[in-house]
Amino acid sequence: MSEEQQQQRSKSNLRLAGKLSVLVVAMFGFGYALVPLYDVFCEITGIGPGSVELVAAEEQDWVVDESRTVTVEFTASLNQRMPWEFRAETRTIEVHPGEPHVMTYYARNLRDQDMIGQAIPSITPTRASSHLHKLECFCFVEQLFEAGQGRYMPVRFVVDPGLPEHVDRVTLAYTFFDATPAGTSAAVDVDSTTW
Amino acid sequence: MAYSATADEHHDAHHDGPAPGLMRWVTTTNHKDLGTLYLWFSLIMFFVGGSMALVIRAELFQPGLSLVQPEFFNQMTTMHALIMIFGAVMPAFVGLANWLLPMMIGAPDMALPRVNNWGFWILPFAFTLLLSTLFMPGGAPALGWTMYPPLVLQTGEAFPFLILSIHLMGISSIMGAINIVATILNMRAPGMTLMKMPLFVWSWLITAYLLIAVMPVLAGAVTMLFTDKFFGTAFFSAAGGGDPVLFQHIFWFFGHPEVYILILPAFGIISHIIPAFCRKPLFGKASMVYAMAAIAFLSFIVWAHHMFTVGMPLAAALFFMFATMLIAVPTGVKIFNWLATMWRSAMTFETPMLFALGFVFMFTIGGLSGLMLAIVPADFQYHDSYFVVAHFHYVLVPGSVFAIMAGVYYWLPKWTGVMYSEVLGKLHFWLTTIFVNLTFFPMHFIGLAGMPRRIPDYALQFTTFNQMATVGAIGFGLSQLIFLYIVIRSVSRAGEKASDRVWEGSEGLEFEVPSPAPYHTFTTPPAVR
Repeated sequence: MSEEQQQQRSKSNLRLAGKLSVLVVAMFGFGYALVPLYDVFCEITGIGPGSVELVAAEEQDWVVDESRTVTVEFTASLNQRMPWEFRAETRTIEVHPGEPHVMTYYARNLRDQDMIGQAIPSITPTRASSHLHKLECFCFVEQLFEAGQGRYMPVRFVVDPGLPEHVDRVTLAYTFFDATPAGTSAAVDVDSTTW
Repeated sequence: MAYSATADEHHDAHHDGPAPGLMRWVTTTNHKDLGTLYLWFSLIMFFVGGSMALVIRAELFQPGLSLVQPEFFNQMTTMHALIMIFGAVMPAFVGLANWLLPMMIGAPDMALPRVNNWGFWILPFAFTLLLSTLFMPGGAPALGWTMYPPLVLQTGEAFPFLILSIHLMGISSIMGAINIVATILNMRAPGMTLMKMPLFVWSWLITAYLLIAVMPVLAGAVTMLFTDKFFGTAFFSAAGGGDPVLFQHIFWFFGHPEVYILILPAFGIISHIIPAFCRKPLFGKASMVYAMAAIAFLSFIVWAHHMFTVGMPLAAALFFMFATMLIAVPTGVKIFNWLATMWRSAMTFETPMLFALGFVFMFTIGGLSGLMLAIVPADFQYHDSYFVVAHFHYVLVPGSVFAIMAGVYYWLPKWTGVMYSEVLGKLHFWLTTIFVNLTFFPMHFIGLAGMPRRIPDYALQFTTFNQMATVGAIGFGLSQLIFLYIVIRSVSRAGEKASDRVWEGSEGLEFEVPSPAPYHTFTTPPAVR
């Protein structure tokens, strides 16, 4: 092979390697693009964090469907050994679709320091998530609890009559997360107590 | 450039050997040297990862906590997986590619020899970082190689080392893949059209594109973990508006093509060996190429079958189930083409052929349990059980690892110039095959009966099958010492001299150069008929 062909080939090798490197960078970007794509996907299908409504639903005059009764269950949990007490005052209630109801959660900060908590709701089954509307909820804003403070927090909600026929039981689950700004947190430092 | 030899230099190629001394191995850009380095590295990692598997099996010999603490057990399962995938199987395939691709396509060397050197020498550093975590406070990563958050974020001091070593392994694989694509597309001898290329070359062309497409996605995923842990981002933290399930989607978008990265080159190797010992051309070569391309395409749209149990819409579950089952079609094409090649042929059963036949038989068992796992309602039962462990070990050990060993036995005489001991080779095959089945077959049953994976203890009724598996694993591990002995013997040139063709039925340009293959081959391109 002549010197010239050699150089030609080496040049085209580098050119191809360059193109492939662009592909590598693009795929790295694609990995990050999956983050917003995932939210879009969740929004379309009504699952995942994209569907978590942290704003109050519009008050509407729903037609109350007396002929149906739906059981709504409430659960409460704490994230990552958060040193709080958190429970639903009512475990289950029976509602008619279209009829607004109020129930109460109780939370208490067990630490001797002020903490901020943020509750994230989750609704199962997935198909019911777009039909259970929270008209008033402690989850819409971050909650400041002084050291040792406890309080009752109401949730006003309505199950709309559009709930699919076969769903007769809906679970509304809240998880409290520690949202105290870093450095001021009195929460258990999970990272250093792992092992 | 390393392939500066021109046509008029051809006559003195014989005294153009490697530089003397150990620095040769550090500075080399020769594809054969680098292939050798990759293969030795892979063999060392195979033994390191294998010892970890033996710790796992020893702990599981009897119920209750007997030998190691649960934390250490979890570190062993995690490190075993990372080392076997990224340290043993992938470098072995890259090593085979380095040794063979240039010779198979009639090129003097890889397209980018310096990149090749760099790609290899990153690996020892990556694995030193990873293995060093075993000695850190808090120990090595212990939450499984899949690194699911939020648990992975609780890893101790090992966490940044884990992320950095994954990045390094990724960079090494990507550089290797770019080099392989450039070599295959640009360096072929005149007349070597794409469809004339041997199947190992084809399998690597497709694998290299998979690597280029998905290793950066893994790099992105672990970078997100890293910034979540240290820089306050919340990609996967529900408290900050992220979602841990998102990690699983990104990880398996990488992870599923990755499992084909671990098997496609094996398909290539088997497609060389079966025709050679059947003394017949491969049945349906073009369909083999299309089947591999189809598998590669499908691998991008089936990832969520690893995570059916996270909860997904019925339509999505059905889509991923059917797409997964569809992979059985091109895979079946390959299996039946191999069988058709054997049909009414004059077969002989030298060691490479035994390993190839073992591959076809046992890989199919692994494929079948994979189909069972693809069925959504069944998967809810099998998920995270020993059935899954049995499935992926059947496709990886008697699958990928058998193919690598078959390839080593097949080409070792070409590399070293001497035949290995056929008696020892056959002994190695039979012991390995018996023990590999003794190890992994009972896992199907205990998995179906409900034994979960990654747990150092189990219910009493699983004891017998676990003891069988442990005995099998120890036997399997010891049998590999025979392999080590065979390789060392060949490398030290002990044994009968191999002919240039090595095997009666061997085909391909690599068998047209002398045995052992000279340091530089095809400095003038060969004529391709």
